[in-house]
Amino acid sequence: MNSHVRHLIEPEDLTNEEIYELIELGEKMYQNPSDYADACKGKILASLFYEPSTRTKFSFDSAMLRLGGNLIGFSDANATSVKKGESIADTIKVMCFYADIAVMRHPKEGAPKLASQHSSMPIINGGDGGHQHPTQTLTDLLTIYNYKKKLEGHTIAFCGDLKYGRTVHSLIRTMARFDTKKCILISPEELQLPPSLKRQLNERYDIEIEEVTQLQDVIEEIDILYMTRIQKERFFNEEDYLKLKNSYILTRSRLSKAKEDMIIMHPLPRVNEIAYDVDEDPRAVYFEQSNLGVYVRMALITKLLGVDL
Amino acid sequence: MLEVKGIENGIVLDHITSGNGLKVFDKMNLAEVDYPVVLVMNVESKRLGRKDIIKIENTFDVDLTILGLIDSNISVNLIKNGKLVDKKQAILPEIIHGLIECHNPRCITNFDDYTKPTFKRISTDPLEYECNYCEEVTEYKL
Repeated sequence: MNSHVRHLIEPEDLTNEEIYELIELGEKMYQNPSDYADACKGKILASLFYEPSTRTKFSFDSAMLRLGGNLIGFSDANATSVKKGESIADTIKVMCFYADIAVMRHPKEGAPKLASQHSSMPIINGGDGGHQHPTQTLTDLLTIYNYKKKLEGHTIAFCGDLKYGRTVHSLIRTMARFDTKKCILISPEELQLPPSLKRQLNERYDIEIEEVTQLQDVIEEIDILYMTRIQKERFFNEEDYLKLKNSYILTRSRLSKAKEDMIIMHPLPRVNEIAYDVDEDPRAVYFEQSNLGVYVRMALITKLLGVDL
Repeated sequence: MLEVKGIENGIVLDHITSGNGLKVFDKMNLAEVDYPVVLVMNVESKRLGRKDIIKIENTFDVDLTILGLIDSNISVNLIKNGKLVDKKQAILPEIIHGLIECHNPRCITNFDDYTKPTFKRISTDPLEYECNYCEEVTEYKL
């Protein structure tokens, strides 16, 4: 396969400079979207969604349409030849004739990487099982940059399901590359960050990590609070899910001791981990975060396609 | 006493810890090959007390990567024209390609036949390998 083609499978595929380049371009696109309305005219994005998604799929669709490009793809693998047992490699080899760039979501971990090994067009990982979700990470970084004006020097807390939450794994690894002041992990014992990731953070980065079980114990020192959903689809049995699903719920009253300029982020969808009354708080930025996701995806598409802006 | 004659050309896997010979035979798929192979079990050894030996005749084209994972005692002897021309110790492989399965039940390599699982060694104590596709770290025990 063409080794010059760039893919985004995990955040480590981008250098720190490239990440800054993308979020700065995303910010420009957010400020003046009409300047980029024809940037991808004549180009086609294939969205290959082997499992359901609302935000990621529509965010990519919206990004490509705002760039003047076109869309093909599927959002239910059962309606395609995948159902007949076609391998990922075969699907991708054929899709390369039909599209210029593809985004893939797959329930099996490592599937987008496998696709990229057989692709002559750029492949973007739109989420693979509990593994990686790099464009959510870019969305999160643009949100932090938009509200905090820099990525470095923050105390960031992750709350909820840190074991299966792929958005957490991707973001924590990436924030560690940007001189994070401190990383606070708030979760029940059963849903703590995997030990291998903790070890990787300790070995590769000089980052202070604190693990607690109660949000109230640390809320005063947090700059960025990243809430997560306890995801039913990541559990092997219903019993474990029911036991833990209500572990951490953020309410407006619990925010009383938080910093005035703290921001509350969430990859969405939420179930009940953030009470609706928090939405009115100016620190709640999770809906704007979803909006920013479109612009950073626009920036990513133009970069991977090599569009001259 | 059981006697097995030496080979003229091929590979002798010596000093296999007694009981591991069958495992090596199985993991190297030696039941599937079309060249002569001899598995000798439980023979006397000065170094180990008892040992297993495998003799593979008329080929040098054998993937020996798996040996270090099974038993670091194994010595690999290359025989040409009846003479020992090279002797080396089994080592822990840095990369394993296609010989073992990923222990992560969600890994794509367990579902898509097109790909061979590939692993990178990230630690020797404990012996841990990371899957190239899903990045799951597995403490390796055969």
